[in-house]
Amino acid sequence: MSLSETKKRELLRQMYTIRAFEEKAEQLYAMGKVHGTMHLSIGMEASAVGSIAALRPDDLILSTHRGHGHCIAKGADLRLMMAEFMGKEAGYCRGRGGSMHIADVKGGNLGANGVVGGGIPIAVGVGLSLKMQKRDQIILCFFGDGAANLGPFHEALNMAAIWKLPVVFVCENNQYAMSLSVKKAFPIERISDRAAAYGMPGVTVDGNDVMAVYEAVSQAVKRARAGEGPTLIENVTYRWRGHSKSDANRYRTREEIEAWKQKCPIKRFRARLIEEGILTEEEADRIAQEAYAAVDAAVAFAEASPEPALETIEEGVYA
Amino acid sequence: MRELSYAEAIREALQQEMQRDERVFIIGEDVGVYGGAFGVTLGLVEEFGEERVIDTPISELGIAGAITGAALMGMRPVGEIMFMDFTTLAMEQLVNQAAKIRFMFGGKAKVPFVLRTPAGSGTGAAAQHSQSLENWFVHVPGLKVVMPSTPYDAKGLLIASIRDDNPVIFIEHKLLYKVKGPVPEEPYTIPLGTTEVKREGRDLTIIATSIMVQRSLEAAQQLAEEGIEVEVIDPRTLKPLDKEPLIRSVMKTGRVLIVHEACKTGGYGGELAAVIAESEAFDYLDVPIIRLAGRDMPIPYNRTLEYHTVPQVENIVQAARDLARGRM
Repeated sequence: MSLSETKKRELLRQMYTIRAFEEKAEQLYAMGKVHGTMHLSIGMEASAVGSIAALRPDDLILSTHRGHGHCIAKGADLRLMMAEFMGKEAGYCRGRGGSMHIADVKGGNLGANGVVGGGIPIAVGVGLSLKMQKRDQIILCFFGDGAANLGPFHEALNMAAIWKLPVVFVCENNQYAMSLSVKKAFPIERISDRAAAYGMPGVTVDGNDVMAVYEAVSQAVKRARAGEGPTLIENVTYRWRGHSKSDANRYRTREEIEAWKQKCPIKRFRARLIEEGILTEEEADRIAQEAYAAVDAAVAFAEASPEPALETIEEGVYA
Repeated sequence: MRELSYAEAIREALQQEMQRDERVFIIGEDVGVYGGAFGVTLGLVEEFGEERVIDTPISELGIAGAITGAALMGMRPVGEIMFMDFTTLAMEQLVNQAAKIRFMFGGKAKVPFVLRTPAGSGTGAAAQHSQSLENWFVHVPGLKVVMPSTPYDAKGLLIASIRDDNPVIFIEHKLLYKVKGPVPEEPYTIPLGTTEVKREGRDLTIIATSIMVQRSLEAAQQLAEEGIEVEVIDPRTLKPLDKEPLIRSVMKTGRVLIVHEACKTGGYGGELAAVIAESEAFDYLDVPIIRLAGRDMPIPYNRTLEYHTVPQVENIVQAARDLARGRM
């Protein structure tokens, strides 16, 4: 399951794009150009990119409130994402969903989710349908460490396992459920240990190593596609920013954040590609610049897009 | 016409839709060989197999998530929650996910499922197996809420619900399961959002839901012997509500009694009363709108106490008589 050099460069580009998108999102918020809230995954890019790299383009994902990275890695159009983020009619959800509900159903992203753990039971229904429809696609369901302590996690993992559904459960353990440390929320070292209780494999991965994530998820995808059932993967990572815009970081130290920044998944992968001779410094810089430029273009598109028309306000409530 | 029980009519609707459309499947607790807690799905697993009549673990939220995800994928799932009380365990998926996905996604997805669930008291099942929680769902935009009162309506409304492109909460009444009535053999639909006048009358309008339609019809029969002609109206779907027949009836009779089993406070009767009060029928009212509903209390176990917790035929007769003879 070795990736081509082209694909590796593509993964680096995706990681830079996610970073660029979220830094821009933060700026736009600070400038008052977007309202509401947002949940940034800066520092977690390898988890999104490595996981989705293991999928086929026609495979499906379910995402979370911290879902910009998943959306971009799944191949979303940055312009439509940014338009959604800015509440514009041209956005993926016509400005009705915003950051927490971006979905690109045609592109196989069945939606971010505003409710922690909200997507996990839906993954069971998606997996069940894929099986009933005799399709060979799989569904990869992202959620965070916090979601692994919800009841829906238990119901859904059990159902997916007893029916051997083509689901890959990817827990992005970013160390905190809002402010609660995993050390206080779990009596076990590894969240993936819970997989044993559902009779499925559980794997804990260095979630800041995009290739390690890719390898682990690839195994799970292979298993799911072969009809052998679900796997629980735990990507151990860290969110650099606060939970949302209201977070004053009172529950962790500057030193801790700085220590994790030293483990930046983008820097790490970039260095690796240069070391392997796949990229030069200049080429890597150019990939980064292109990512930031693409995000700038998306902002220009979004800013030029019209607001939803007031007379369409109730559209989409019912089919 | 051939007669079927309410349970048989529902089973026939499921069977015919599953024969017609391979996307339709049943999922719930003990819906397979057991046939469902009330026997509604009896025999279906033998005809359609375990792939399309799926027994789940006791995971109500899991069931709600499964039908939501399956509907997103183009299937037409029919979920069953064994008692309406247990829909409370599934609320997150129903209220935050299924009801809102289409809107949140800018109209670019749909969630066509039916969630069947039996409600109501009268079986001695006490406070956690007897509730009528329809208004919890009525209050959620994106959901449709259906409450059939006859075998004929149950079949036609269920087929329409399965073919509808939205999540539909289909509320059955346990005491109605054995009630018989004429049901055509061929598949037919009753469009969601069509109120029906179940009995015509000039003196008083009773608007009732679910089993209270049957009790109101019985009351109307008794009142007719006293010379009071009652019109009995059944909205059949609480959401969307077909308002016009209600308004027209009240304009004709000038008197309206609203009857439902759910607790009075916050119940659907308040909505019906408001619809009338906001309409042109308001000027035609001769007396105030009266609601007869379940007491604001949990359903007790004791047979006598249970009986007196929700409206019975004699309560409807009394209330209707008072209203019909009320001051101008």
